[in-house]
Amino acid sequence: MSEPTPAPTIHAPATSNPTPLVWVKTQLFSTPANALLTILSVWLLIMAVPALLDWVFLQAKYSAQSGQECREVEGACWAFIAEKHRLILFGTYPYEQQWRPLVSIFLLVALVLLSAWRKLWNIWLFPIWIVGLSVVALLMWGGVLGLTYVENTLWGGLPLTLILATFGVALAFPLGVVLALGRRSELPAIKIICVVYIELIRGVPLISLLFMSSVMLPLFLPEGLTIDKLLRALIAIVLFAAAYVAETVRGGLQAISKGQYEGADSLGLSYWQKTRLIILPQALKIVIAPLVGIFISLFKDTSLVVIIGIFDLTLAAKAALTDPAWQGFSMEVYVFIAAIYFIFCYSMSKYSQALEKRLAVGQQH
Amino acid sequence: MSSRPVPLVLKVWNDPKFRAIFYQVVAVTLVGVGLWYLISNTLHNLSARNIATGFDFLGREAGFAIGESSLAYTPADTYARALSVGLLNTLRVAVIGIVFATLLGTLIGIARLSGNWLIAKLASIYVEVMRNIPLLLQLFFWYALIAETLPGPRQALSPIAGVFLSNRGFKIPTVEGDGLTWLAAGFFISVVIVLVLANWSRRRQAQTGQIFPVFKTAALLLIACPLVAWWLSGSALALEIPALKGFNFQGGLTLSPEFAALLIGLVIYTAAFVAEVVRSGIESVGKGQWEAAGAIGLRRGLILRLIVLPQALRVIIPPMTSQYLNITKNSSLAVAIGYPDLVSVVNTTLNQTGQAIEGIMIIMGAYLTVSLAISVIMNWYNARMALVER
Amino acid sequence: MADALIQMHHVNKWYDKFHVLRDINLEVAAGERIVICGPSGSGKSTLIRCLNRLEEHQQGDIIIDGMALTGDIKGVEAIRREVGMVFQHFNLFPHLTVLENLTLGPIWVLKTPKAQAEQEAMIYLERVKIPEQANKFPGQLSGGQQQRVAIARSLCMNPKIMLFDEPTSALDPEMVKEVLDVMVGLAEQGGMTMLVVTHEMGFARKVANRVIFMDQGEIIEENDPGSFFDNPQSERTKLFLSQILH
Repeated sequence: MSEPTPAPTIHAPATSNPTPLVWVKTQLFSTPANALLTILSVWLLIMAVPALLDWVFLQAKYSAQSGQECREVEGACWAFIAEKHRLILFGTYPYEQQWRPLVSIFLLVALVLLSAWRKLWNIWLFPIWIVGLSVVALLMWGGVLGLTYVENTLWGGLPLTLILATFGVALAFPLGVVLALGRRSELPAIKIICVVYIELIRGVPLISLLFMSSVMLPLFLPEGLTIDKLLRALIAIVLFAAAYVAETVRGGLQAISKGQYEGADSLGLSYWQKTRLIILPQALKIVIAPLVGIFISLFKDTSLVVIIGIFDLTLAAKAALTDPAWQGFSMEVYVFIAAIYFIFCYSMSKYSQALEKRLAVGQQH
Repeated sequence: MSSRPVPLVLKVWNDPKFRAIFYQVVAVTLVGVGLWYLISNTLHNLSARNIATGFDFLGREAGFAIGESSLAYTPADTYARALSVGLLNTLRVAVIGIVFATLLGTLIGIARLSGNWLIAKLASIYVEVMRNIPLLLQLFFWYALIAETLPGPRQALSPIAGVFLSNRGFKIPTVEGDGLTWLAAGFFISVVIVLVLANWSRRRQAQTGQIFPVFKTAALLLIACPLVAWWLSGSALALEIPALKGFNFQGGLTLSPEFAALLIGLVIYTAAFVAEVVRSGIESVGKGQWEAAGAIGLRRGLILRLIVLPQALRVIIPPMTSQYLNITKNSSLAVAIGYPDLVSVVNTTLNQTGQAIEGIMIIMGAYLTVSLAISVIMNWYNARMALVER
Repeated sequence: MADALIQMHHVNKWYDKFHVLRDINLEVAAGERIVICGPSGSGKSTLIRCLNRLEEHQQGDIIIDGMALTGDIKGVEAIRREVGMVFQHFNLFPHLTVLENLTLGPIWVLKTPKAQAEQEAMIYLERVKIPEQANKFPGQLSGGQQQRVAIARSLCMNPKIMLFDEPTSALDPEMVKEVLDVMVGLAEQGGMTMLVVTHEMGFARKVANRVIFMDQGEIIEENDPGSFFDNPQSERTKLFLSQILH
């Protein structure tokens, strides 16, 4: 049979590159049920969105001298935020020294962003974190290099939240890795200790650990030795996060095929060499996305320190609300800090999704 | 190659069994010494501060009031009773929260997979916003909304007839007296009928191949029967509708602002996570399964029921259980908005008695028990449901 | 052929802007066995997936057993009862036993009583030579056994047409023959109308009435197996054959 004559160029029909009208028809009104849902949603949106926009932007007051002025307006009182933003963001840190927590915020964010850069996923990451966290500690406490000493009871707001989250994850990570390795150990005593720890911590709420550390830790220590409040909260957060990191890393360790262990053994590597050079690098790469998830959760969980009276971002918000001159603007404050949390958490979550996609490409099943 | 005599010490050290025992002894000793150090310090400190130890305080009079409770409680009751009230409050909000979070989360999860772009987008926005804001903040928000922004009882909002929302809480109508028993009886009967019907239809299908619409009939029965029973009873047709008397409402069921805020916050927050679990469960069933079932000629509804959902459930159940555990643990945030759950009551107790250790042990013991129980059940269910492979 | 079982007239399909099927014209009579081959990306899988509406064509007509294939749901269901499909990755239902996999369609679509469905299923299981696996789960079977179960599952619906989408490509070499033998048996003893997308040229020679070569969405060449393999006309066909017959 001869070759058929080349077909004339045929143009793609409308549905491949839909005009807006066709798109609306197929995406929103394809079945009666869908049409109903679309109409309902659009109705709801029409009811809610203009009122929301009104409150947030159109009728809001952006600058005012007192709460009274703001109360006369229907919209949001962003003037309140403008008035109180330093308190909310920096807590009770001395006013003139507030550049120090500001720089710390940038340093910590930079630290997290650097860790996201794949070229840095090697041994250099550890010294970078150690240096970064030490500089932050130095800046916040002061007392050297001409910086005035600022007690950590005066710290507060966003830098405190960031410090708790980053120091928390930095310390919980090595502890969690050790626990994960211990849980997979063949030595029964070590395995039992690790299992008991992990299951105990995972079974109780973070609040109980915060209570435990703030109330019981002073009892655990000999007389005369005190630990300050911030450190107690940090200890509770580290112990809590370590259990979850341990479970996630354990998942990664399990995912590595037995052949890797056998290959390393056949080379004559000792247990620690095998773990350090072969197993952990692969396991950690597998669980990076879930680990970012743990960091996001930890970031949100730092808000719980409110309950033991530590001045994080959430408590700073409540403190701003106690000013008698500005009463009744809780919505504005909560929306403001919700936005801050959302920006941090959402960016991290988007990053983690992008990371997962990229890493999945590299792993062939 | 000549072999030099190996010193005994090295021979012993290089024996893997010896090393194993050695490391374990070291670990246990370290942990043991550490614990002993902490405990001895604690005992010393406790006696120095004249704080009692032991659980005798449970029998003493509590002396503080509890905002809301399912049991009868007065400040003259014992600490033990106070703790039971707290525990029941925790369970009450946890169970109701689990039910509603599952329903809402499943709906939103399915909505995210919808072919309707608007619905899918709205569901995505919901999930992303709710997941990325701390729960505590959301609780503060809802509590502020209810306690500060809602009007007083006299100007209460009434979105549905009989339901009143004010800053003193939510009031909803309940069924008066006996009516509830009749409703329950009707429901029970309808369940029995549905089970018998399902059995009969299954056998008929096996024999003749005819399919009976069990699902639709069951839905109809479960709603109709209780209502019919209630009407037949004639005993208490009236709903107890809250009526404004003086400064507040009388009658009907009251949800305190604290309970309402906690429940709404927990449900809305957890539903976002449940939605993700449901969505990834359904997506985990490969496209090939849909195609093969479609190629045989099954319709979408049957494909979901017979092929996709059974496989999706296997993937959904473990993370769903962990979300249920999370609701239970997260209910402990009640202490921040004043709802008297277990943590809150224990907190008051340990402030009064000074016996912090016993108090915290009670909290951790209670949550651990619930967590371990759910874990055990989940592991058993998982093992039973695992796909059989070679 | 006026009364061909499958008729495709000027069928075109696009994925967004990518023209994956270009002006396909094909007619298949009842009892014919067609093998479709071609390089990857040529559109051969897409072509047969259009026949049971797993893919939708945007232009042209597809008529199966006198019924036009359009977006109409009832029509699609009727056509899917006549057309069976065997997938490259088997797509057995892992949570059901082999027997349940086979009886699912008859019970829920054809409304057959259970006992009768199971009897017929056992007959087909014997035809694919694995009756003893009836109560096992797919995860317990080898690849070749799973594919044979997949073939039996489609046969249980008594289709007029069977579509095979690279049925042996995912199998280990030693299991390819057992599946091909079943397909040969189907053709020779069953008289089934078959469209098979495959690279197995030995099978084509043995059983096919026509071999179709596709490249870049077009049908380049159609011929009976002898002429096709010994005397390819087009340059592209010659190139393809030289690559796979080595």
